[in-house]
Amino acid sequence: MLSKRIIPCLDVRDGKTTKGIKFKDNVDIGDPVQMARFYYEQGADEIVFYDITASSDHRSIMLDVVRRTAENIFIPFSVGGGIRTVDDMRAVLLAGAEKVSVNSAAVKKPSIISDGAKIFGSQCIVLGMDVKKVEKSSKIPSGYEIVINGGRTYMGIDALWWASEAENLGAGEICLNSIDADGTKEGYELELTRIICEAVHIPVIASGGAGHPQHLVDVVTKAKADAALIASMTHYGDYTVKQIKDYLTSKGVCIRNLW
Amino acid sequence: MISIVDYKAGNLTSVLRAVQHLGYQAEITSDPNILASSERIIFPGVGHAGKAMEDLNALGLGDALKDAFKRGTPILGICLGTQIIFERSEEADVECLGLLPGEVKRFPSPLIQTKAQEKEELKIPHMGWNDVAWLVSHPVLDGLSADASFYFVHSFYPEPKSAKDIAGLTLYGISFASVVAHDNLVAVQFHPEKSGSPGLALIDNFCRWRP
Repeated sequence: MLSKRIIPCLDVRDGKTTKGIKFKDNVDIGDPVQMARFYYEQGADEIVFYDITASSDHRSIMLDVVRRTAENIFIPFSVGGGIRTVDDMRAVLLAGAEKVSVNSAAVKKPSIISDGAKIFGSQCIVLGMDVKKVEKSSKIPSGYEIVINGGRTYMGIDALWWASEAENLGAGEICLNSIDADGTKEGYELELTRIICEAVHIPVIASGGAGHPQHLVDVVTKAKADAALIASMTHYGDYTVKQIKDYLTSKGVCIRNLW
Repeated sequence: MISIVDYKAGNLTSVLRAVQHLGYQAEITSDPNILASSERIIFPGVGHAGKAMEDLNALGLGDALKDAFKRGTPILGICLGTQIIFERSEEADVECLGLLPGEVKRFPSPLIQTKAQEKEELKIPHMGWNDVAWLVSHPVLDGLSADASFYFVHSFYPEPKSAKDIAGLTLYGISFASVVAHDNLVAVQFHPEKSGSPGLALIDNFCRWRP
């Protein structure tokens, strides 16, 4: 049976990992290649790199991280952050990433999803969505709105509509991040995750809010997510990936337990 | 030298890196003459069967693979490579290499899984980690546990005509042949190069296999 995936997310700036709490006060916590290898050995099912390097001059540093990671881990990993063109996609895929994730660039120019899917295949293209809860309105009927710039800019786009639109354009997977839950350690945004999972036919990775293994159980059972992103709960040593997996297994969730 | 067949179907560096990581020499090639003298061949691929067959034939690689199979060269098929070794694929309804009798079919839609009397519609593609029920013992599959998981990404699956060719089955709504073995050929629907240590073990076994 298909396992639910546990995916550590590494924020990378200028070639070093950081973990932002609500996108502020980022602090350096190490070398991304070593951390990816560490999580690979611990049983992570996939790794996500999120490049928050501001300057495009430093993009080559990230490509070097991707290349070295590909030589050291033998599970899929994806790269997001700062992907604006098909050429950006090609560079990270050729450097050895399995998937590439687009977020604000796709909001501004949705054709990057279809162009990428046509050239590299849908299985390579992940749509990253940053979402905030808002009042339900005629413009945002689901009550969940797409935001960019770390949650500072509201785009007037309904998250539920955007998820389906991205699927139609050829996205192979959605990484759904709740800005409200991110960094709280109080659990994933279950309602948001559930409505998106029920609306699309592609896998959904839930992101934002994990603080306890029960949060992962809830998001893959109650909210039907296919995978769960984790960050601070393992980065700071509160839990190991193995401990989280053992907990999920004890709750009857199908997990990859041998690696 | 191990040849990794390049027919423009996806990124092959991950396969090359896995083989090199295990300490073997390998090269990515689209030259039929090199395949003619290869010690062993890895035939990977991601993408569309129709396009893949077109490119394979244009490069003269289709015949080179058929010859290598007849000659007894060990061949490992991966993902799309595994699908197009059969006679035909429903994807674009295209004629394939026909190394083994059988067809490639699309997962039925809707794909329903029944678990504890609860019905759930499964997503297509089948993407993520799943396990394999091993049906035969085989040198390339040596040491692989029934509890091991492998990384899959596919919407089509092989259906060998001869049950003898099925070496492993995977359940995803339906039970399909995820591992196929016949003479000097082993082919897997999953990505061993992205499947952690069990996947690396399979590649290592293949690189030492003398059929």
